[in-house]
Amino acid sequence: MRKLLLISTVILVGLVFIARLFYLQVYDNSAYNIFEDIAIKKEYNYPKRGYVYDRNGELLVANQPSYDVMVIPREVAPLDSLEIDEFCKLLKITREDYDNKLQRATTYSPRLPSPFVPQLSKKDYAVLQEKMRKFEGFYIQKRSLRSYQTTIGANVLGDIGEVNRSIIEKQPYYKLGDLIGNQGVEKTYENVLRGVKGIKFIQKDRFNKNIAPYKDGIYDTLPKPGKDITITIDAELQAYGELLMKHKRGGIVAIDPSTGEILAMVTGPSYNPNDLVGRNRSKNYTKLHYDTIAKPLYDRGLLAQYAPGSPFKVINALIGLQEGVIDVNDTYTCRMGYYYGSRKLTGCHHHSNPTNMNWGISQSCNGYFVHVYRKIIDKYDDAGVGMNVWANHAKSFGLGNFLNNDLSVGRKGRIPDGDYYDRAYGDNRWGSTYIVSNAIGQGEVETTPIQLANMTAAIANRGFYYTPHIIKNIEGDTIPKKYTTPKYTTIDKENFEPVVQGMFDVYNYGTAQSLKVPGIDICGKTGTAENYIKIDSVKTQLTDHSIFVAFAPKDNPKIALAIFVENGYWGSRFAGKMATLMIEKYINGNITRTDLESWILTHSLENEYKKPYSGEPFQINRGSQLQVIDNYAVELPETSDLKL
Amino acid sequence: MLRANQRHFKFDWITIILFLLLVGFGFLNILSASHIGEITSYFDTDQLYGKHMMFIGLTFVLIVLILSVEAKFYEQFASVIYLVAMLTLVGLFIFGKEVNGARSWYGIGSMTIQPSEFAKFATALAVARYMSDLQTNMQTIKDQISVVAIIFTPALLILLQNDAGSTIVYLSFFFVFYREGLQQVYLTIAISLIILAVVGLKFGVLITAIIAAIIIFTSYFLRKRKRGSLIKHIAILVACVVFSYGVKLFYEHALQPHQQNRISLWLRLEKDPTKLERMKKVEAYNLIQSEHAISSGGLTGKGFLQGTRTTGKFVPEQHTDYIFSTVGEEWGFMGTSFVVLLFVMLIVRILYLAEAQKSQFSRVYGYGVASILLVHFTINIGMVMGLIPTVGIPLPFFSYGGSGLWGFTILLFIFVKLDSNKINEW
Repeated sequence: MRKLLLISTVILVGLVFIARLFYLQVYDNSAYNIFEDIAIKKEYNYPKRGYVYDRNGELLVANQPSYDVMVIPREVAPLDSLEIDEFCKLLKITREDYDNKLQRATTYSPRLPSPFVPQLSKKDYAVLQEKMRKFEGFYIQKRSLRSYQTTIGANVLGDIGEVNRSIIEKQPYYKLGDLIGNQGVEKTYENVLRGVKGIKFIQKDRFNKNIAPYKDGIYDTLPKPGKDITITIDAELQAYGELLMKHKRGGIVAIDPSTGEILAMVTGPSYNPNDLVGRNRSKNYTKLHYDTIAKPLYDRGLLAQYAPGSPFKVINALIGLQEGVIDVNDTYTCRMGYYYGSRKLTGCHHHSNPTNMNWGISQSCNGYFVHVYRKIIDKYDDAGVGMNVWANHAKSFGLGNFLNNDLSVGRKGRIPDGDYYDRAYGDNRWGSTYIVSNAIGQGEVETTPIQLANMTAAIANRGFYYTPHIIKNIEGDTIPKKYTTPKYTTIDKENFEPVVQGMFDVYNYGTAQSLKVPGIDICGKTGTAENYIKIDSVKTQLTDHSIFVAFAPKDNPKIALAIFVENGYWGSRFAGKMATLMIEKYINGNITRTDLESWILTHSLENEYKKPYSGEPFQINRGSQLQVIDNYAVELPETSDLKL
Repeated sequence: MLRANQRHFKFDWITIILFLLLVGFGFLNILSASHIGEITSYFDTDQLYGKHMMFIGLTFVLIVLILSVEAKFYEQFASVIYLVAMLTLVGLFIFGKEVNGARSWYGIGSMTIQPSEFAKFATALAVARYMSDLQTNMQTIKDQISVVAIIFTPALLILLQNDAGSTIVYLSFFFVFYREGLQQVYLTIAISLIILAVVGLKFGVLITAIIAAIIIFTSYFLRKRKRGSLIKHIAILVACVVFSYGVKLFYEHALQPHQQNRISLWLRLEKDPTKLERMKKVEAYNLIQSEHAISSGGLTGKGFLQGTRTTGKFVPEQHTDYIFSTVGEEWGFMGTSFVVLLFVMLIVRILYLAEAQKSQFSRVYGYGVASILLVHFTINIGMVMGLIPTVGIPLPFFSYGGSGLWGFTILLFIFVKLDSNKINEW
C-alpha cells in the first residue's frame, strides 16, 4: 500500500495536467488568428481614395489631408501650467478639456495611442507643428479626408464616416477607426473607391516596442490605390436643379434615355457636402439626422413614394392601345367626371368635348382615362385576370419593383395586381369600378420620382429603357453589362406614337402650353396628386403635390425627367416650370425662359410646409397663398457662379 | 573489454534517455525564449542559450565523474556531503549575493551559483543514510525528530534567505518517510491540515468550524465501535478551529504582501474590483501572460521559434520558471503533453527502480529523488497554468540555469550510479 502513494500521486498529477492543458489549448481555443494576437502589431497603410468626376470630367470629390493630435499618456512629460496653457491655446481647447481628454486616454490605455484632438485644420496644424517638439508624448497623425470641390450633390456623392461595430463584425476588412462610404456613390462604389489597404505585421515586445517585421514580412502587403470613377451626373445641371429646388421640398431625376445615365438627381432640401467633413462632422450630421420634418438626409428623388397622379395616365393609354380595347380616335364625353350609372366615380376639371386620346392626354381628362382603364380590366371576364394583365404591362416600365441599380437607396413603389385586391376586398368581391383611381394615378398606384423618370425614358425611347445608373466609367474597368442592355416594355413600338404626340400637345395646347421653349420640342405630362397626413391622428388633406414628367426633344430624345414638388399644387405650377427650365438648361446650355426662372426662384413653399406644424387651422390648394421671397437678387449671382 | 562493456550497459538507459530528451527539448525552448535577434550559433555565450549550452556541456563532465565514483562512496560520505552543503548555505549569510530579494547566490566572477540547488541531493543522501541505519526506527518519536531535523535545517536556512519556493521542496521528503514506515496518522493529519488551511482561507473560520464539526461528530456517532471519547473528538475540533484561525492570522500578518496576493488571486479572495484589477496587472501579470501564451499554442503550436508572445518576451522569466509556456505556445498541446508524459515516465521509472533496490540506502535515496522531482514538476507546471499559486521554483532539466541543471543532474545520476551497483550487493 505504502508503495502506491507516490506512484499514484505522480499519475494523478500527470492526468490533471494533461486535462488542464487539453482544456486550455484544444477545447477552449479557436484557431489562431493573427489579428487577435496582441504580440503582433498591425500597421495599416491606407491607399488614396479614388476621385469622383462628373460626366464632363469635372472633379467633384478629391482628398485632403487632416491632422489628428495623438497622445501616448505614459510618455507625456510633465508640463508646467504655462506650457499647458500654451498647448491648449494651440489646440483651441480649454484647460478643463485638456485634463478630461488626458484622463480619458489614460483610462483607455497608458501605453497605446489615443486620439487627443482629431481633425485639425491645415492652418492650426501649421502653427502647431513647429511647437510640437516641446510636448513629449503627443504627436500628429496624418489622415486622408474627402475634399468636395463643389457645394452640390450631397445626396449623390454621399460621405464617408468611421465604421461602426456591426460593420466590423460583418466585414472583417474594416478595423476600428477605418472610414467607409456612408451614402451615395461613396457607399455603392466603396469597394472601387477605397482600394485595398496595405498591412505590415510587426512583432512587438511586452512594452509595445517594435522588434522586427513578423516572419520577415512575408505576410505584409502593399496598399492598392482606389480607382477614380466618373459618374453620369452633369454637375451643371445638378447645380441648376438644386437651385430651382431651393425653398421647396421634392425631387428631380433626369435621365439620358439613350443610355439610362442619370444626369441629375436632386432632392430638396439638401445640404453642403462639406458640412460632413472635418471637426464639425458629427455635430452637423446630428443636426441633419434629427431634422425629422424637412429630412435633408432623405433622398426624395429616390425614396419619395407617392401616388404618381396624371403622368400615369399615359401608361393606361399605352396599355389600352396594346390590349386593343380602344382606338386612338375613339371618343368619350366627359361631363366633369366619370359616372357609373348615376354615381360619380371621379371628378374632372372643365375642358371641351368630345375627348379622344390626344385630347385626353393633353387636357388630362380624368373621365376619359377611367373609361379606358375600365375597358382594359373588363376585357377579361374576371377582373383579377384583367388586373394582372394590366399590372404586367405597367411593371414592364420598371414600376412596382426595385430598379436594381447602383444607387444606395431605393423603394419598390407599388403596382397592385389581382391578388392585391383579392386580399383587400376578398376573392372576386370587387370589380373595375372599385379601383378606378388607378386610371388617373391615384388610388393604390405608387411610384418614386426615379421610377417616373425611367418610365418617361421608356416612352421617349418608344418601348425600351436602360436601367438608370450613376456610374459612367471606372478607371481601368468596365461598367456592368446590365446597364448597357436595353429592357423592353410589353407595348409595341407603333402604339407609342399617338401617346408621344399627346404628350407633345400638352405643350402645344394642353396643360403646359404656357411653358413652351422656342426651338425645343418638349413632350410632357402634368400631374397633381392629392395627399394627406395625420395631424393629432386626424387625417388631414394638404395642398396637392405638383408633378411633372417630360422628355425632349420629341425625336431622338436626350433627356427624360420627372419632377415632384411637395404641396406645389397643380402640375405646371411648380414642377412643370422646373422641368422646362431643366430641359432648356441641358439642351441649350442657357435659359431663354427667364420669366419662368425668376418665378421659380422667387417663390417659396416654406409657408406651406409650416402649416401642419403650426397648430392652427389652415387652408389648402385654392385657399393657400403663394409665398414670394425677395432674395431673388441674392440668388441670381449664384446662378452665374454655377459654372463651377 | 568485456568488463568495460558490462559497465556501460548496467546503467538504466531508460532513465538516461528520458533525461536527455528533457534536457534537449529544454534547450530548444530556452533558445526560443531567450534569443535576442538572429541566432548565429548555438554556442554564442553572449546569449543566454549559449550559456545554457555550456552548462549542458559541463553536465556531461559531471555525469562522467558521478558515474565513475564508487557507489559506496555516496553512502559513506553522505554525512560529509550534507555538512558541506549546510555550511555553504550558512555561508550565504556572510558571502551571499542578493538577486531579486533572495540572498541565495554566491558570485564567482561573472558567474553565480545557487547552493540551495545542491543542498537538495545532499539532504536526500543524508536522509537515506540516516534511515538506512539499522538502529533507526521510523516508528519512534526520537528518530522522527532526527529526520525532520535533517530536512528542516536546509529548509529553514533557505527560508531565512527569503527563498520560500525552494523551502516547500523539502516537504517532499514526507513521501519518503511515509514509504519507510511513518505512521498513517501523520498522512491523515497532513492532508487534513492542507484542507483546513485552504477551506479556512477561502470560506472563513466559522464555516470551516461548522464543516469540521459535522464531519467529526458524524464519524463519531456513526461508528459502531467507539474509538476514543467524545472529549477527544471535541479536542480535535478545537485544534482544527485554532489551526485554521492560526492560518488566517499567518496569512494576514506574517506573509509578505506579494505572497498574500498570490494566494488571494489563486483562491479568488479579493472582491474589490479596483484592487483586483491592480493585482492582475502586477502579481498576476506573469500568470495571465503565461496562460495566454499556452492557450494560443492550440493543438500543434505555432512552431519552433515562431511563438509570437515568446519572441515578443511577453512572459517575464520565460526562460527560467515559466519555460513551460514556451512549450505551450510553440509546440502546442502535442508538446506540452509530451513533456508531462516525459516527467511522469521518469518519476515512475525512478520509483520502479527504487523498489527494486536491495539496499535500503539506495531505495530511500531513489524515493527522495522521485519526491523532489515530483514536487518541482507539480508546482512549476501547476503554477504556469494557474492551478496552484505562484511559487518560484524551476522545472527540472528544463529551466535555464547552471546551478539548477547541475543540482538535478547530480541528484539523478547518483541514483543511476546506485542503481547500477545493485548487482554488486548480492
